[in-house]
Amino acid sequence: MSWRLHARTASPDATRDLAARLAGAARRGDVIVLQGPLGAGKTTFAQGFARGVGVDGPVTSPTFTLVRQYPSSLGQLVHVDVYRLDRLAEVADLGLADLVEDGVALVEWGDVARPALGPVTWTVAISVPDEGSTRDDRRDEVRDLTVQGDDETRRDEVAEALGSATTGLAREQT
Amino acid sequence: MNVLGIETSCDETAAAVVSDGRAVRSSVVSSQVDLHARYGGVVPEIAGRAHVELLVPAVEEAMARAGLERPDAVAATYGPGLVGSLLVGLSAAKGLAMSWNVPFVGVNHLEGHLFAPVIEEPDLEWPLVVLLVSGGHTMLVRAVAPGRYRLLGQTLDDAAGEAFDKVARFLGLGYPGGPAIDRVAREGDPSAFTFPRAMLDDGYDFSFSGLKTAVVRAVERQPAAATPDVAAAFQEAVVDVLLTKAARAVRDVGARGFCLGGGVAANSLLRQRAAEVVDVPTYLPSLAMCTDNAAMVAAAGSFHLAHDGPSPLSLAADPNLVLEFDR
Repeated sequence: MSWRLHARTASPDATRDLAARLAGAARRGDVIVLQGPLGAGKTTFAQGFARGVGVDGPVTSPTFTLVRQYPSSLGQLVHVDVYRLDRLAEVADLGLADLVEDGVALVEWGDVARPALGPVTWTVAISVPDEGSTRDDRRDEVRDLTVQGDDETRRDEVAEALGSATTGLAREQT
Repeated sequence: MNVLGIETSCDETAAAVVSDGRAVRSSVVSSQVDLHARYGGVVPEIAGRAHVELLVPAVEEAMARAGLERPDAVAATYGPGLVGSLLVGLSAAKGLAMSWNVPFVGVNHLEGHLFAPVIEEPDLEWPLVVLLVSGGHTMLVRAVAPGRYRLLGQTLDDAAGEAFDKVARFLGLGYPGGPAIDRVAREGDPSAFTFPRAMLDDGYDFSFSGLKTAVVRAVERQPAAATPDVAAAFQEAVVDVLLTKAARAVRDVGARGFCLGGGVAANSLLRQRAAEVVDVPTYLPSLAMCTDNAAMVAAAGSFHLAHDGPSPLSLAADPNLVLEFDR
């Protein structure tokens, strides 16, 4: 059964902290897809996640190079951005499955890449709160995050990682 | 001494022949119309496979234009970049060097950009501060002499060129975003919005991710805002940050010259403002030398061949290669 956990963060730093905690629940071979519109905070999330798996130094956008790799506590952290790729064939050429074999992958704009990715462990959707759901002057900082997964046995560790940021849990039949 | 250079680190498949370290005998970049025509349209060059298809024609064209049967050495970019793309150029260069029985030398792509002034502006006095701004990189480098560099600062998130592309796509201005924003911004009022200048007074590192987000939020808040105004204010913020830091770096390290490099160096506001803001002689590369090309790779390769000798044929592609060597 597929599950979804919802969380809200108050600032980019809080998003980084949450991502770092989620990284603590990640395992070798995991593939995590990041979704969200331009400026939602996918790179911010990736920076926190990288810190959580012990990556030292700046984590910069992989948009132009498509893939950046960092040594981490889970093997290679493979940070992928398929924003520039329009066709699945181009994504397949990246050989993501091989890259992820001995590490953990974060894939930005991963929707187009899904068929080339193999099983996705978690999908993290990041969005700016709807107007009215938070004070207007906070909308630049506040983010809603939804973590979706299919493996019931790993739901609790994600819930624990989200901690006090958790705003809800939904189970759905898929 | 004729060196064949090969560049496949990102989107461009490029080959060039350079004589005596700086005279460009030929420089072929696959985005040129002739190669596209040969393949019946624009080839997606993102994947290594496209480099495979384009590399041999590019090398043949570069050799033919230079009137050469065999170069004296072969240089190729070995990083940073996409590993699959790098491997195409690197493997081809090694194979060609072996079959011609000439030396092979590996080149750092970033260092290649630093050889643009060696090629185009040999009278420029060093040490230089180089502002290297492209889709994949944004960095300030102190170049003491060819082969001697120190990284002063770099982007901590998005590259400046990437911010141009993403904002252009968001504003519906198309790709590539740099020229599109440059064009539209001329009609706009840069003071219509005040976008953030991240880390302006804080060292030599850059951050452009927040600026991109600020543009998105501003347009959401004012859907009726004129696109040229948004583009102009965005461009103003990028150029302001880049040149404020560059001018400070020039003063702090006692540079005698200032250079722009990388694709964003083609931006008209950046070029115009650079000479005004920086008070040492400023070199603005030609458009062909701003963007990725193999002439700069051949020039850097010539230098290293003369000073360090050939690279081993076991040299591996390094996607995360950094520019930090000062000797």
